Amino acid sequence: MKPYLKQSAIWGFVVLELIFFSVAGEFLSLSDKAFMDLDNMLLLFKQSAPIGIIALGMTVVMINGNIDLSVGAIFALCAIIMLDSMKWPIFAGLGDWVILVGWLLALLSGMVLGLINGLIVWKTGVDAFIVTLGSMLGYRGLVFMYNGENPTSNLNWTMVDIAEADILGIETPTIVFVICTILVWLLMTRTVHGRNAYAIGDNREAAVNAGIRVGPHMVWNFVLIGFLAALSAVVFYSASGSVNPNDGTLYELWVITAVVLGGTKLTGGSGSVIATFGGVIAIQLLRKGLGHIGADTAMVNLVIGLILIAVLFLDRQLNRKGKEELRT
Amino acid sequence: MAETRAKTIGQFLARQGILVAFVLFMIGFALANGRFLGIDNIMGVVRSSAILGVIALGVTFVVISGNLDLSVGSMMSFSTIVVLDLHDKIGPALAIPAMFAMTMALGALIGFLVGYLKLNSLIVTLGMLSAIHGLTLTYSGGKNMDIDDKAGTWFSFFGQDSVLGIPVPILVIALLAVLLSLLLSRTPFGRKVYAVGGNGVAATFSGIPRARVVFMCYLISAFCVAVAGLLQASRSLGSQNTVGQGTELDVLAAVILGGASLLGGSGTIFKTVIGVLILGFIQNGLLLVGLAFYVQYVVTWVIIILAVWLDIAAKRGRLLSPIA
Repeated sequence: MKPYLKQSAIWGFVVLELIFFSVAGEFLSLSDKAFMDLDNMLLLFKQSAPIGIIALGMTVVMINGNIDLSVGAIFALCAIIMLDSMKWPIFAGLGDWVILVGWLLALLSGMVLGLINGLIVWKTGVDAFIVTLGSMLGYRGLVFMYNGENPTSNLNWTMVDIAEADILGIETPTIVFVICTILVWLLMTRTVHGRNAYAIGDNREAAVNAGIRVGPHMVWNFVLIGFLAALSAVVFYSASGSVNPNDGTLYELWVITAVVLGGTKLTGGSGSVIATFGGVIAIQLLRKGLGHIGADTAMVNLVIGLILIAVLFLDRQLNRKGKEELRT
Repeated sequence: MAETRAKTIGQFLARQGILVAFVLFMIGFALANGRFLGIDNIMGVVRSSAILGVIALGVTFVVISGNLDLSVGSMMSFSTIVVLDLHDKIGPALAIPAMFAMTMALGALIGFLVGYLKLNSLIVTLGMLSAIHGLTLTYSGGKNMDIDDKAGTWFSFFGQDSVLGIPVPILVIALLAVLLSLLLSRTPFGRKVYAVGGNGVAATFSGIPRARVVFMCYLISAFCVAVAGLLQASRSLGSQNTVGQGTELDVLAAVILGGASLLGGSGTIFKTVIGVLILGFIQNGLLLVGLAFYVQYVVTWVIIILAVWLDIAAKRGRLLSPIA
């Protein structure tokens, strides 16, 4: 029962936000439109997709007891590879099939970049925080080396049509985000890999003693987050068609914020993909809601920071029993 | 005999590898470009590394005590904006202490949350990164800050003037480095910082007030950030709201490069200074050789991983991790 209660905490928060902004919006909003109308909510899901898709991967990596700070750089690098590869002469005869090639190349690059991170973490034994801090710089350097400080653009209308297509009003980014959430959730709750990932994050020594091969599991999780960062880039840049070398900076911090808000522990071993979905929605709701009642971005930053700390504090107070810390 | 000698050399490399790498880099760049070791160039590098370096000194305390500080970049933006704004309102003589007080109040808040409430430092400072950025934007209303009378103020002394031919930023970081190094290596407080970071439980049982030590480390870090903000504001006499954004990760890179363990309990001020200088000279050397500024990112990546890897490898006695 308790894990379900913890998972639903974030949804309680989401509902609270909805009520607050709907009521406050009546008095403070500059527009006549209601906060909770369908269009607004659909837009909200669509806007959460880029951060949200990466956050799913971050949840897995953090459950596994690691962290990945390089996702923003992977996001940008894969976007550049996707847009640029469509212009390569060898693919000239492919017509619109070149879109598919670009997507696959981007996803593959994301997996390779994740693989590099994972292999370094596994084989050198250096902490994932340091490894990915390094590759955050390194991958960003590669982004710049690719095309200098110029933006990379490639507007392909077929691609834009696919990226902005909708089924019953639900647009592609939302669909991809939801499908990914379900798949990653299944991976973490219904497969051996997921179970082992929790075990490794909870107690690495014990996992080793139980005969779990810790290294390969960690590497696969880094490959997964690399793939998801690339997928996020594919979804986002297929529509926009242009990427700046600084795009995706600070994404890692937004992603980690969403994941922590969802209740995943930095120390590993506990967390839920569905709760991360809730965390992503909660943050986006906060941004939109504060905008709705006329607050500026400054207020959004302030509030998100304070909420993050408050969540940490509440979580600690609620989970104190059984793990009473050393009092000083 | 030869074996022991090889082993000694290996141990020396493992222990002082970062210094050896530093020297090799310097020789390489010096051979590639004659100007690299010129006194002007060296002064220039040290001077431009001063702001990053000053912050890194404070973060070294936090890291040794076993915590992290990701909020220093936002905090530096905050102190820069505040001191520039107050400069015109209440004059520089009052603006500087006021800015120090405000910045250190933020540091005290973080210290309270991490030290006394024992919250995870990574998330607390991540939250503060966002919150302080919001605070800065609210304070400035999103506008750039500028001093009205740029030519007539003595405020530019800290960032632009020289004393006895040495630029003030260099004097500031040198003085601060010596003082903090003494504090860390020669006082009971310094020993407590190592003890808390090395083994918090053991430190508590031996009567060390862990919470207070952590609190003090964040206060020192905030003080250093305030100094950095002062140097930055004084150098440019005007600033955007985002001036310190991203500094936190560069600072961490320098501290890690210096050999401080993120698990706490190890690292020195001297090594951090070396880490800062390595980053500064690599950046400068690559530019002098004619490479674009972003090449340094890739080089830094390789160096950080190698430095930490060799350090760990030396401690465990084998190159690759034994994890299956």
